[in-house]
Amino acid sequence: MACYLTTGKHMSIYWSVLTVLLLLAITAPTALAFGFAGASAARSRIAPLSWLGRGYVAVVRGVPDIAFFLFFVIALDQMIEWGRHKVLCPEWTDPIRQGNDFIVCQAAKMPLGNAPQWMHETYGFAIAVFTFAIVFGAFAANVLFGAMRAVPRAQLETAESYGMSPRQTFWRVLVPQMWVFALPGLSNLWMVLIKATPLLFLLGVEDIVYWARELGGTKTARFTDYPHGDWRMWYFLALLVFYLIFTRISEIVLGRLMSRLTRGQATTGGEQQRKAA
Amino acid sequence: MSCTQTIMDYGLRSIGIGERLLPRGDFTLCQQFTLIGSGMIWNVYFGILALIAGFLFATLLAVGKASHSPWTRQPAEWFIFLFRGSPLFIQFFFGYFLFLQLKQVLPIFAPFTAAWLGALVVLFLNTAAYSAEIFYGALQSIPKGDVEAADAYGLSGWPRFKRVIWPTMLRLAWPAYTNEAIFLFHATTLVFFSGFPAWQQRGDALYYASYFADKTFNPFIPYPILAGYFILLTLVVIGFFGLINRRLNRHLPSNTRQKIRVRPNLIR
Repeated sequence: MACYLTTGKHMSIYWSVLTVLLLLAITAPTALAFGFAGASAARSRIAPLSWLGRGYVAVVRGVPDIAFFLFFVIALDQMIEWGRHKVLCPEWTDPIRQGNDFIVCQAAKMPLGNAPQWMHETYGFAIAVFTFAIVFGAFAANVLFGAMRAVPRAQLETAESYGMSPRQTFWRVLVPQMWVFALPGLSNLWMVLIKATPLLFLLGVEDIVYWARELGGTKTARFTDYPHGDWRMWYFLALLVFYLIFTRISEIVLGRLMSRLTRGQATTGGEQQRKAA
Repeated sequence: MSCTQTIMDYGLRSIGIGERLLPRGDFTLCQQFTLIGSGMIWNVYFGILALIAGFLFATLLAVGKASHSPWTRQPAEWFIFLFRGSPLFIQFFFGYFLFLQLKQVLPIFAPFTAAWLGALVVLFLNTAAYSAEIFYGALQSIPKGDVEAADAYGLSGWPRFKRVIWPTMLRLAWPAYTNEAIFLFHATTLVFFSGFPAWQQRGDALYYASYFADKTFNPFIPYPILAGYFILLTLVVIGFFGLINRRLNRHLPSNTRQKIRVRPNLIR
Protein backbone atom coordinates (compact mmCIF):
# COMPACT_ATOMS: atom_id res chain seq x y z
CA MET A 1 0.00 0.00 0.00
CA ALA A 2 2.64 2.50 1.05
CA CYS A 3 4.64 1.35 -1.94
CA TYR A 4 1.70 1.82 -4.29
CA LEU A 5 1.07 5.34 -3.10
CA THR A 6 4.61 6.38 -4.09
CA THR A 7 4.58 5.30 -7.73
CA GLY A 8 5.57 7.76 -10.43
CA LYS A 9 2.04 8.81 -11.17
CA HIS A 10 1.29 9.31 -7.52
CA MET A 11 4.33 11.53 -7.27
CA SER A 12 2.72 13.77 -9.90
CA ILE A 13 -0.36 14.27 -7.74
CA TYR A 14 1.88 15.42 -4.90
CA TRP A 15 3.64 17.78 -7.29
CA SER A 16 0.31 19.09 -8.47
CA VAL A 17 -0.45 20.15 -4.91
CA LEU A 18 2.62 22.36 -5.27
CA THR A 19 1.17 23.65 -8.55
CA VAL A 20 -1.92 24.76 -6.68
CA LEU A 21 0.12 26.43 -3.95
CA LEU A 22 2.31 28.12 -6.56
CA LEU A 23 -0.77 29.40 -8.32
CA LEU A 24 -2.06 30.84 -5.05
CA ALA A 25 1.31 32.43 -4.29
CA ILE A 26 1.53 34.11 -7.69
CA THR A 27 -2.12 34.99 -8.15
CA ALA A 28 -2.76 36.63 -4.79
CA PRO A 29 -0.29 39.53 -5.23
CA THR A 30 -1.08 39.89 -8.94
CA ALA A 31 -4.81 40.08 -8.27
CA LEU A 32 -4.15 42.57 -5.50
CA ALA A 33 -2.18 44.73 -7.93
CA PHE A 34 -5.00 44.50 -10.50
CA GLY A 35 -7.48 45.37 -7.79
CA PHE A 36 -5.43 48.34 -6.63
CA ALA A 37 -5.15 49.63 -10.17
CA GLY A 38 -8.88 49.11 -10.72
CA ALA A 39 -9.88 50.81 -7.49
CA SER A 40 -7.62 53.80 -8.00
CA ALA A 41 -8.85 54.12 -11.58
CA ALA A 42 -12.45 54.06 -10.36
CA ARG A 43 -11.64 56.92 -7.96
CA SER A 44 -9.89 58.94 -10.63
CA ARG A 45 -11.15 62.40 -11.51
CA ILE A 46 -10.49 61.80 -15.19
CA ALA A 47 -13.84 60.54 -16.45
CA PRO A 48 -12.76 57.89 -18.99
CA LEU A 49 -10.32 56.37 -16.50
CA SER A 50 -13.02 56.28 -13.85
CA TRP A 51 -15.45 54.62 -16.28
CA LEU A 52 -12.79 52.07 -17.12
CA GLY A 53 -12.27 51.20 -13.47
CA ARG A 54 -15.97 51.09 -12.67
CA GLY A 55 -16.69 49.11 -15.81
CA TYR A 56 -14.03 46.56 -14.92
CA VAL A 57 -15.60 45.99 -11.50
CA ALA A 58 -19.15 46.01 -12.84
CA VAL A 59 -18.49 43.57 -15.65
CA VAL A 60 -17.69 40.78 -13.23
CA ARG A 61 -21.02 41.25 -11.46
CA GLY A 62 -24.02 39.30 -12.58
CA VAL A 63 -22.17 36.67 -14.58
CA PRO A 64 -21.05 33.20 -13.41
CA ASP A 65 -17.30 33.24 -12.83
CA ILE A 66 -16.71 29.90 -14.40
CA ALA A 67 -17.92 31.43 -17.68
CA PHE A 68 -15.22 34.08 -17.27
CA PHE A 69 -12.59 31.44 -16.78
CA LEU A 70 -13.63 29.51 -19.84
CA PHE A 71 -13.90 32.71 -21.85
CA PHE A 72 -10.62 34.32 -20.89
CA VAL A 73 -8.49 31.27 -21.52
CA ILE A 74 -9.44 31.13 -25.18
CA ALA A 75 -9.78 34.87 -25.60
CA LEU A 76 -6.34 35.65 -24.13
CA ASP A 77 -4.69 32.96 -26.21
CA GLN A 78 -6.28 34.27 -29.38
CA MET A 79 -5.47 37.86 -28.55
CA ILE A 80 -1.80 37.04 -28.03
CA GLU A 81 -1.60 35.04 -31.23
CA TRP A 82 -3.46 37.72 -33.15
CA GLY A 83 -1.08 40.39 -31.87
CA ARG A 84 1.99 38.36 -32.78
CA HIS A 85 0.47 37.58 -36.14
CA LYS A 86 0.06 41.27 -36.94
CA VAL A 87 3.63 42.03 -35.98
CA LEU A 88 5.45 38.99 -37.31
CA CYS A 89 3.61 38.25 -40.53
CA PRO A 90 2.52 41.53 -42.09
CA GLU A 91 2.51 40.03 -45.58
CA TRP A 92 -0.19 37.48 -44.69
CA THR A 93 -3.40 38.41 -46.53
CA ASP A 94 -5.83 35.59 -45.72
CA PRO A 95 -8.44 36.35 -43.06
CA ILE A 96 -7.65 34.94 -39.65
CA ARG A 97 -11.14 33.62 -39.00
CA GLN A 98 -11.92 31.18 -41.78
CA GLY A 99 -15.31 29.75 -40.94
CA ASN A 100 -14.80 27.83 -37.75
CA ASP A 101 -11.00 28.02 -37.76
CA PHE A 102 -8.64 30.49 -36.25
CA ILE A 103 -5.56 30.53 -38.43
CA VAL A 104 -2.38 32.48 -37.82
CA CYS A 105 0.99 32.05 -39.49
CA GLN A 106 3.43 29.49 -38.09
CA ALA A 107 5.77 32.08 -36.57
CA ALA A 108 2.94 33.60 -34.54
CA LYS A 109 1.92 30.37 -32.82
CA MET A 110 2.17 30.59 -29.07
CA PRO A 111 4.16 28.71 -27.94
CA LEU A 112 5.98 27.78 -31.15
CA GLY A 113 4.95 24.46 -32.61
CA ASN A 114 8.40 22.98 -32.09
CA ALA A 115 8.76 24.16 -28.49
CA PRO A 116 9.41 21.53 -25.85
CA GLN A 117 6.61 20.15 -23.68
CA TRP A 118 7.48 22.20 -20.61
CA MET A 119 7.05 25.40 -22.59
CA HIS A 120 3.49 24.42 -23.42
CA GLU A 121 2.76 23.62 -19.80
CA THR A 122 4.29 26.84 -18.52
CA TYR A 123 2.41 28.84 -21.10
CA GLY A 124 -0.87 27.20 -20.07
CA PHE A 125 -0.09 27.88 -16.44
CA ALA A 126 0.76 31.52 -17.14
CA ILE A 127 -2.53 32.01 -18.98
CA ALA A 128 -4.35 30.43 -16.05
CA VAL A 129 -2.62 32.74 -13.56
CA PHE A 130 -3.48 35.74 -15.68
CA THR A 131 -7.13 34.69 -15.91
CA PHE A 132 -7.36 34.22 -12.16
CA ALA A 133 -5.71 37.59 -11.64
CA ILE A 134 -8.19 39.36 -13.92
CA VAL A 135 -11.25 37.82 -12.28
CA PHE A 136 -10.04 38.17 -8.71
CA GLY A 137 -8.60 41.58 -9.46
CA ALA A 138 -12.14 42.76 -10.06
CA PHE A 139 -13.25 41.40 -6.69
CA ALA A 140 -10.24 42.95 -5.00
CA ALA A 141 -10.91 46.24 -6.75
CA ASN A 142 -14.39 46.25 -5.31
CA VAL A 143 -13.09 45.57 -1.80
CA LEU A 144 -10.36 48.21 -2.05
CA PHE A 145 -12.76 50.75 -3.54
CA GLY A 146 -15.04 50.27 -0.55
CA ALA A 147 -12.10 50.50 1.84
CA MET A 148 -10.90 53.74 0.25
CA ARG A 149 -14.34 55.22 0.77
CA ALA A 150 -14.38 54.04 4.38
CA VAL A 151 -11.38 56.16 5.29
CA PRO A 152 -12.85 59.12 7.23
CA ARG A 153 -13.39 62.11 5.00
CA ALA A 154 -11.88 64.42 7.63
CA GLN A 155 -8.50 62.73 7.20
CA LEU A 156 -8.40 63.64 3.52
CA GLU A 157 -9.63 67.17 4.18
CA THR A 158 -6.91 67.64 6.74
CA ALA A 159 -4.33 66.48 4.21
CA GLU A 160 -5.70 68.95 1.67
CA SER A 161 -5.64 71.77 4.15
CA TYR A 162 -1.95 71.04 4.75
CA GLY A 163 -1.47 71.79 1.07
CA MET A 164 -0.89 68.26 -0.17
CA SER A 165 -1.60 67.62 -3.83
CA PRO A 166 -4.20 64.97 -4.71
CA ARG A 167 -1.38 62.54 -5.50
CA GLN A 168 0.27 63.11 -2.13
CA THR A 169 -3.06 62.80 -0.32
CA PHE A 170 -3.67 59.51 -2.04
CA TRP A 171 -0.29 57.94 -1.32
CA ARG A 172 0.49 59.40 2.09
CA VAL A 173 -2.92 59.47 3.78
CA LEU A 174 -5.47 57.35 1.98
CA VAL A 175 -3.46 54.24 1.10
CA PRO A 176 -1.84 53.64 4.50
CA GLN A 177 -5.18 53.96 6.28
CA MET A 178 -7.35 51.89 4.01
CA TRP A 179 -5.78 48.49 4.71
CA VAL A 180 -7.49 47.90 8.01
CA PHE A 181 -10.85 48.52 6.35
CA ALA A 182 -9.92 46.29 3.45
CA LEU A 183 -8.66 43.32 5.43
CA PRO A 184 -11.99 41.61 6.22
CA GLY A 185 -12.95 41.75 2.57
CA LEU A 186 -9.52 40.65 1.41
CA SER A 187 -9.38 37.71 3.79
CA ASN A 188 -12.78 36.65 2.56
CA LEU A 189 -11.38 36.91 -0.94
CA TRP A 190 -8.43 34.71 -0.02
CA MET A 191 -10.82 32.01 1.17
CA VAL A 192 -12.71 32.30 -2.09
CA LEU A 193 -9.46 32.12 -4.04
CA ILE A 194 -8.50 28.90 -2.28
CA LYS A 195 -11.85 27.43 -3.16
CA ALA A 196 -11.51 28.53 -6.78
CA THR A 197 -8.28 26.64 -7.39
CA PRO A 198 -9.96 23.40 -8.50
CA LEU A 199 -11.19 25.36 -11.51
CA LEU A 200 -7.60 25.16 -12.78
CA PHE A 201 -8.64 21.77 -14.00
CA LEU A 202 -11.04 23.41 -16.42
CA LEU A 203 -8.26 25.59 -17.77
CA GLY A 204 -6.34 22.56 -18.90
CA VAL A 205 -3.65 22.60 -16.22
CA GLU A 206 -2.87 19.17 -14.82
CA ASP A 207 -3.76 19.96 -11.24
CA ILE A 208 -4.93 17.84 -8.35
CA VAL A 209 -8.45 17.38 -9.67
CA TYR A 210 -7.03 16.06 -12.93
CA TRP A 211 -4.78 13.57 -11.17
CA ALA A 212 -7.47 12.48 -8.75
CA ARG A 213 -9.67 11.57 -11.69
CA GLU A 214 -6.81 9.91 -13.53
CA LEU A 215 -5.49 7.82 -10.68
CA GLY A 216 -8.71 6.88 -9.00
CA GLY A 217 -10.50 5.88 -12.13
CA THR A 218 -10.38 2.68 -14.05
CA LYS A 219 -9.66 3.56 -17.65
CA THR A 220 -12.39 1.37 -19.02
CA ALA A 221 -14.67 -0.82 -17.05
CA ARG A 222 -12.91 -4.07 -18.00
CA PHE A 223 -9.31 -3.31 -18.84
CA THR A 224 -7.90 -1.51 -15.90
CA ASP A 225 -4.46 0.02 -15.61
CA TYR A 226 -4.63 0.15 -11.88
CA PRO A 227 -4.70 -2.60 -9.30
CA HIS A 228 -7.96 -1.45 -7.80
CA GLY A 229 -11.51 -0.60 -8.71
CA ASP A 230 -13.04 2.81 -8.84
CA TRP A 231 -11.25 4.71 -6.10
CA ARG A 232 -12.07 8.17 -7.31
CA MET A 233 -14.42 8.65 -4.39
CA TRP A 234 -11.52 8.24 -1.96
CA TYR A 235 -9.22 10.50 -3.92
CA PHE A 236 -11.85 13.20 -3.92
CA LEU A 237 -12.49 12.65 -0.23
CA ALA A 238 -8.77 13.30 0.30
CA LEU A 239 -9.04 16.51 -1.74
CA LEU A 240 -12.06 17.57 0.29
CA VAL A 241 -10.14 17.09 3.52
CA PHE A 242 -7.11 18.90 2.06
CA TYR A 243 -9.23 21.95 1.26
CA LEU A 244 -10.99 21.85 4.64
CA ILE A 245 -7.67 21.86 6.49
CA PHE A 246 -6.28 24.57 4.26
CA THR A 247 -9.33 26.75 4.87
CA ARG A 248 -9.17 26.20 8.60
CA ILE A 249 -5.47 27.14 8.79
CA SER A 250 -6.11 30.27 6.73
CA GLU A 251 -8.99 31.22 9.00
CA ILE A 252 -6.79 31.00 12.08
CA VAL A 253 -3.88 32.89 10.53
CA LEU A 254 -6.09 35.66 9.15
CA GLY A 255 -7.92 35.96 12.46
CA ARG A 256 -4.60 36.56 14.22
CA LEU A 257 -3.54 39.07 11.57
CA MET A 258 -6.80 40.93 11.92
CA SER A 259 -6.54 41.20 15.68
CA ARG A 260 -2.94 42.39 15.26
CA LEU A 261 -3.94 45.09 12.78
CA THR A 262 -6.97 46.37 14.69
CA ARG A 263 -4.90 46.98 17.79
CA GLY A 264 -5.10 50.66 18.61
CA GLN A 265 -7.38 51.51 15.67
CA ALA A 266 -10.37 53.77 16.17
CA THR A 267 -12.79 51.09 15.01
CA THR A 268 -15.32 48.94 16.84
CA GLY A 269 -12.88 46.02 16.84
CA GLY A 270 -10.10 48.15 18.27
CA GLU A 271 -12.42 49.52 20.92
CA GLN A 272 -13.45 46.00 21.95
CA GLN A 273 -9.81 44.97 22.27
CA ARG A 274 -9.13 48.01 24.42
CA LYS A 275 -12.03 47.18 26.73
CA ALA A 276 -11.10 43.52 26.99
CA ALA A 277 -7.50 44.34 27.92
CA MET B 1 -33.58 27.56 -41.98
CA SER B 2 -35.65 30.28 -40.42
CA CYS B 3 -35.21 31.33 -36.86
CA THR B 4 -38.71 30.20 -35.84
CA GLN B 5 -37.85 26.74 -37.15
CA THR B 6 -34.67 26.74 -35.08
CA ILE B 7 -36.57 27.71 -31.97
CA MET B 8 -39.12 24.94 -32.66
CA ASP B 9 -36.28 22.44 -33.08
CA TYR B 10 -33.96 23.45 -30.29
CA GLY B 11 -36.04 25.48 -27.84
CA LEU B 12 -36.55 22.52 -25.54
CA ARG B 13 -33.50 20.54 -26.65
CA SER B 14 -31.98 20.56 -23.16
CA ILE B 15 -34.84 18.46 -21.79
CA GLY B 16 -34.82 16.11 -24.74
CA ILE B 17 -37.71 17.51 -26.81
CA GLY B 18 -37.07 18.45 -30.42
CA GLU B 19 -34.18 17.81 -32.79
CA ARG B 20 -31.86 15.05 -31.57
CA LEU B 21 -28.63 16.18 -33.24
CA LEU B 22 -26.99 19.40 -32.20
CA PRO B 23 -26.09 21.74 -35.07
CA ARG B 24 -22.70 20.81 -36.49
CA GLY B 25 -21.41 23.57 -38.71
CA ASP B 26 -22.32 27.07 -39.91
CA PHE B 27 -23.70 28.09 -36.55
CA THR B 28 -26.13 30.98 -36.79
CA LEU B 29 -26.63 33.51 -34.05
CA CYS B 30 -30.19 32.29 -33.72
CA GLN B 31 -29.03 28.73 -33.02
CA GLN B 32 -26.65 29.93 -30.35
CA PHE B 33 -29.29 32.07 -28.65
CA THR B 34 -31.86 29.28 -28.77
CA LEU B 35 -29.67 26.46 -27.49
CA ILE B 36 -28.02 28.46 -24.72
CA GLY B 37 -31.44 29.73 -23.71
CA SER B 38 -32.72 26.18 -23.75
CA GLY B 39 -29.92 25.23 -21.38
CA MET B 40 -31.09 27.93 -18.98
CA ILE B 41 -34.05 25.64 -18.18
CA TRP B 42 -31.66 23.46 -16.21
CA ASN B 43 -30.06 26.39 -14.39
CA VAL B 44 -33.48 27.63 -13.34
CA TYR B 45 -34.60 24.14 -12.35
CA PHE B 46 -31.55 23.49 -10.15
CA GLY B 47 -31.65 26.97 -8.69
CA ILE B 48 -35.31 27.06 -7.73
CA LEU B 49 -35.58 23.56 -6.27
CA ALA B 50 -32.31 23.82 -4.33
CA LEU B 51 -33.35 27.22 -2.99
CA ILE B 52 -36.74 26.05 -1.73
CA ALA B 53 -35.44 22.86 -0.12
CA GLY B 54 -32.31 24.61 1.12
CA PHE B 55 -34.33 27.38 2.74
CA LEU B 56 -36.22 24.96 5.00
CA PHE B 57 -33.14 22.97 5.94
CA ALA B 58 -31.12 26.16 6.51
CA THR B 59 -33.69 27.40 9.02
CA LEU B 60 -33.35 24.15 10.94
CA LEU B 61 -29.55 24.32 10.82
CA ALA B 62 -29.47 27.93 11.97
CA VAL B 63 -31.73 27.20 14.93
CA GLY B 64 -29.59 24.16 15.68
CA LYS B 65 -26.37 26.17 15.60
CA ALA B 66 -27.87 28.85 17.82
CA SER B 67 -29.18 26.40 20.41
CA HIS B 68 -27.42 25.82 23.71
CA SER B 69 -27.42 22.04 23.62
CA PRO B 70 -24.14 20.69 22.20
CA TRP B 71 -26.05 17.75 20.70
CA THR B 72 -27.70 19.99 18.15
CA ARG B 73 -25.06 22.69 17.98
CA GLN B 74 -22.05 20.53 17.16
CA PRO B 75 -23.56 18.66 14.16
CA ALA B 76 -24.93 21.89 12.72
CA GLU B 77 -21.57 23.63 13.11
CA TRP B 78 -19.72 20.75 11.48
CA PHE B 79 -22.15 20.53 8.61
CA ILE B 80 -21.83 24.23 7.91
CA PHE B 81 -18.04 24.14 8.13
CA LEU B 82 -17.85 21.10 5.86
CA PHE B 83 -19.88 22.64 3.07
CA ARG B 84 -18.61 26.21 3.38
CA GLY B 85 -14.98 25.23 3.81
CA SER B 86 -14.57 23.12 0.70
CA PRO B 87 -14.98 24.03 -2.96
CA LEU B 88 -18.36 23.27 -4.49
CA PHE B 89 -16.51 21.85 -7.47
CA ILE B 90 -14.91 19.16 -5.32
CA GLN B 91 -18.24 18.53 -3.60
CA PHE B 92 -19.82 17.79 -6.96
CA PHE B 93 -17.05 15.38 -7.86
CA PHE B 94 -17.14 13.67 -4.50
CA GLY B 95 -20.92 13.47 -4.53
CA TYR B 96 -20.95 11.93 -7.99
CA PHE B 97 -18.43 9.23 -7.18
CA LEU B 98 -20.04 8.57 -3.82
CA PHE B 99 -23.36 7.96 -5.54
CA LEU B 100 -21.62 5.73 -8.10
CA GLN B 101 -20.27 3.56 -5.29
CA LEU B 102 -23.57 3.48 -3.42
CA LYS B 103 -25.32 2.47 -6.61
CA GLN B 104 -23.32 -0.73 -6.74
CA VAL B 105 -24.44 -1.62 -3.24
CA LEU B 106 -28.00 -0.35 -3.38
CA PRO B 107 -29.66 -0.05 -6.80
CA ILE B 108 -32.02 2.53 -5.29
CA PHE B 109 -29.22 5.10 -5.69
CA ALA B 110 -29.19 4.76 -9.49
CA PRO B 111 -31.10 8.02 -10.17
CA PHE B 112 -28.66 9.89 -7.92
CA THR B 113 -25.86 9.37 -10.43
CA ALA B 114 -27.81 11.46 -12.94
CA ALA B 115 -27.42 15.20 -12.75
CA TRP B 116 -31.10 16.02 -12.29
CA LEU B 117 -31.18 14.43 -8.86
CA GLY B 118 -27.57 13.95 -7.73
CA ALA B 119 -26.40 17.47 -8.51
CA LEU B 120 -29.60 18.81 -7.01
CA VAL B 121 -28.81 17.04 -3.72
CA VAL B 122 -25.28 18.49 -3.64
CA LEU B 123 -26.54 21.98 -4.47
CA PHE B 124 -29.26 21.66 -1.85
CA LEU B 125 -26.79 20.72 0.90
CA ASN B 126 -24.39 23.44 -0.21
CA THR B 127 -26.92 26.25 -0.26
CA ALA B 128 -28.40 25.03 3.01
CA ALA B 129 -24.99 25.44 4.66
CA TYR B 130 -24.39 28.92 3.22
CA SER B 131 -27.92 30.14 4.02
CA ALA B 132 -27.75 28.63 7.50
CA GLU B 133 -24.69 30.74 8.24
CA ILE B 134 -26.58 33.85 7.07
CA PHE B 135 -29.66 32.94 9.14
CA TYR B 136 -27.48 32.18 12.15
CA GLY B 137 -25.92 35.63 11.90
CA ALA B 138 -29.42 37.13 11.72
CA LEU B 139 -30.59 35.10 14.73
CA GLN B 140 -27.66 36.48 16.70
CA SER B 141 -28.58 40.05 15.85
CA ILE B 142 -32.29 39.96 16.66
CA PRO B 143 -32.90 43.00 18.90
CA LYS B 144 -33.16 41.98 22.54
CA GLY B 145 -36.23 44.18 22.93
CA ASP B 146 -38.21 42.14 20.39
CA VAL B 147 -37.68 38.95 22.35
CA GLU B 148 -38.43 40.66 25.65
CA ALA B 149 -41.61 42.10 24.21
CA ALA B 150 -42.67 38.63 23.10
CA ASP B 151 -42.00 37.34 26.62
CA ALA B 152 -44.05 40.17 28.06
CA TYR B 153 -46.98 39.15 25.87
CA GLY B 154 -46.75 35.66 27.30
CA LEU B 155 -45.42 34.10 24.11
CA SER B 156 -42.89 31.32 24.49
CA GLY B 157 -41.60 28.29 22.70
CA TRP B 158 -43.06 27.60 19.27
CA PRO B 159 -45.50 30.57 19.12
CA ARG B 160 -42.72 32.94 20.04
CA PHE B 161 -40.46 31.49 17.37
CA LYS B 162 -43.15 31.49 14.71
CA ARG B 163 -44.53 34.95 15.35
CA VAL B 164 -41.54 36.98 16.53
CA ILE B 165 -38.14 35.38 16.08
CA TRP B 166 -38.53 33.76 12.69
CA PRO B 167 -40.03 36.78 10.88
CA THR B 168 -37.39 39.07 12.38
CA MET B 169 -34.65 36.65 11.40
CA LEU B 170 -35.89 36.60 7.81
CA ARG B 171 -36.19 40.36 7.75
CA LEU B 172 -32.62 40.85 8.92
CA ALA B 173 -31.19 38.11 6.73
CA TRP B 174 -33.05 38.93 3.55
CA PRO B 175 -30.53 41.22 1.76
CA ALA B 176 -27.73 38.73 2.35
CA TYR B 177 -29.99 35.85 1.42
CA THR B 178 -30.80 37.53 -1.90
CA ASN B 179 -27.11 37.53 -2.68
CA GLU B 180 -26.90 33.88 -1.74
CA ALA B 181 -29.73 33.11 -4.14
CA ILE B 182 -27.89 34.90 -6.95
CA PHE B 183 -24.69 32.98 -6.21
CA LEU B 184 -26.64 29.76 -6.20
CA PHE B 185 -27.95 30.39 -9.68
CA HIS B 186 -24.41 31.09 -10.82
CA ALA B 187 -23.17 27.95 -9.13
CA THR B 188 -25.60 25.83 -11.11
CA THR B 189 -23.32 26.31 -14.11
CA LEU B 190 -20.75 24.06 -12.47
CA VAL B 191 -23.00 21.01 -12.59
CA PHE B 192 -22.11 19.65 -16.00
CA PHE B 193 -18.44 20.55 -15.67
CA SER B 194 -17.92 18.27 -12.71
CA GLY B 195 -18.48 14.56 -12.50
CA PHE B 196 -22.09 14.57 -13.57
CA PRO B 197 -22.36 13.63 -17.26
CA ALA B 198 -24.71 15.42 -19.61
CA TRP B 199 -26.85 12.56 -20.83
CA GLN B 200 -27.63 12.74 -24.57
CA GLN B 201 -26.04 16.21 -24.63
CA ARG B 202 -28.81 17.63 -22.50
CA GLY B 203 -26.83 20.22 -20.63
CA ASP B 204 -27.22 23.59 -19.06
CA ALA B 205 -26.53 26.99 -20.57
CA LEU B 206 -22.78 26.90 -19.97
CA TYR B 207 -22.58 23.41 -21.42
CA TYR B 208 -23.99 24.64 -24.73
CA ALA B 209 -21.99 27.86 -24.63
CA SER B 210 -18.75 25.94 -24.28
CA TYR B 211 -19.95 23.52 -26.98
CA PHE B 212 -20.20 26.44 -29.39
CA ALA B 213 -16.93 27.93 -28.21
CA ASP B 214 -15.18 24.60 -28.79
CA LYS B 215 -16.70 24.08 -32.22
CA THR B 216 -16.23 27.58 -33.57
CA PHE B 217 -13.07 28.34 -31.60
CA ASN B 218 -14.60 31.77 -31.09
CA PRO B 219 -15.44 32.62 -27.48
CA PHE B 220 -16.62 36.12 -28.30
CA ILE B 221 -20.17 35.13 -29.27
CA PRO B 222 -21.47 32.31 -27.02
CA TYR B 223 -20.10 33.60 -23.70
CA PRO B 224 -21.51 37.11 -24.01
CA ILE B 225 -24.87 35.50 -24.89
CA LEU B 226 -24.59 33.40 -21.74
CA ALA B 227 -23.65 36.48 -19.75
CA GLY B 228 -26.70 38.29 -21.09
CA TYR B 229 -28.99 35.47 -20.04
CA PHE B 230 -27.49 35.39 -16.56
CA ILE B 231 -27.79 39.12 -16.11
CA LEU B 232 -31.48 38.79 -17.01
CA LEU B 233 -31.88 35.92 -14.55
CA THR B 234 -30.13 37.93 -11.85
CA LEU B 235 -32.49 40.86 -12.44
CA VAL B 236 -35.50 38.57 -12.16
CA VAL B 237 -34.18 37.11 -8.89
CA ILE B 238 -33.53 40.58 -7.48
CA GLY B 239 -37.01 41.70 -8.49
CA PHE B 240 -38.70 38.71 -6.92
CA PHE B 241 -36.70 38.85 -3.70
CA GLY B 242 -37.29 42.59 -3.56
CA LEU B 243 -41.04 41.95 -3.51
CA ILE B 244 -40.66 39.54 -0.60
CA ASN B 245 -38.40 42.06 1.10
CA ARG B 246 -41.13 44.69 0.78
CA ARG B 247 -43.64 42.31 2.31
CA LEU B 248 -41.33 41.38 5.19
CA ASN B 249 -40.69 45.02 6.01
CA ARG B 250 -44.22 46.32 5.39
CA HIS B 251 -44.73 47.39 9.03
CA LEU B 252 -41.65 49.61 9.06
CA PRO B 253 -41.57 53.27 8.01
CA SER B 254 -40.13 53.44 4.53
CA ASN B 255 -36.92 55.23 5.45
CA THR B 256 -35.73 52.56 7.89
CA ARG B 257 -36.19 49.65 5.51
CA GLN B 258 -33.14 47.73 4.45
CA LYS B 259 -32.51 47.95 0.76
CA ILE B 260 -31.25 45.00 -1.20
CA ARG B 261 -27.89 45.75 -2.70
CA VAL B 262 -26.14 43.43 -5.07
CA ARG B 263 -22.61 42.67 -4.12
CA PRO B 264 -20.20 41.10 -6.60
CA ASN B 265 -20.56 37.38 -6.91
CA LEU B 266 -17.97 35.07 -5.46
CA ILE B 267 -17.06 31.52 -6.25
CA ARG B 268 -17.80 28.89 -3.70
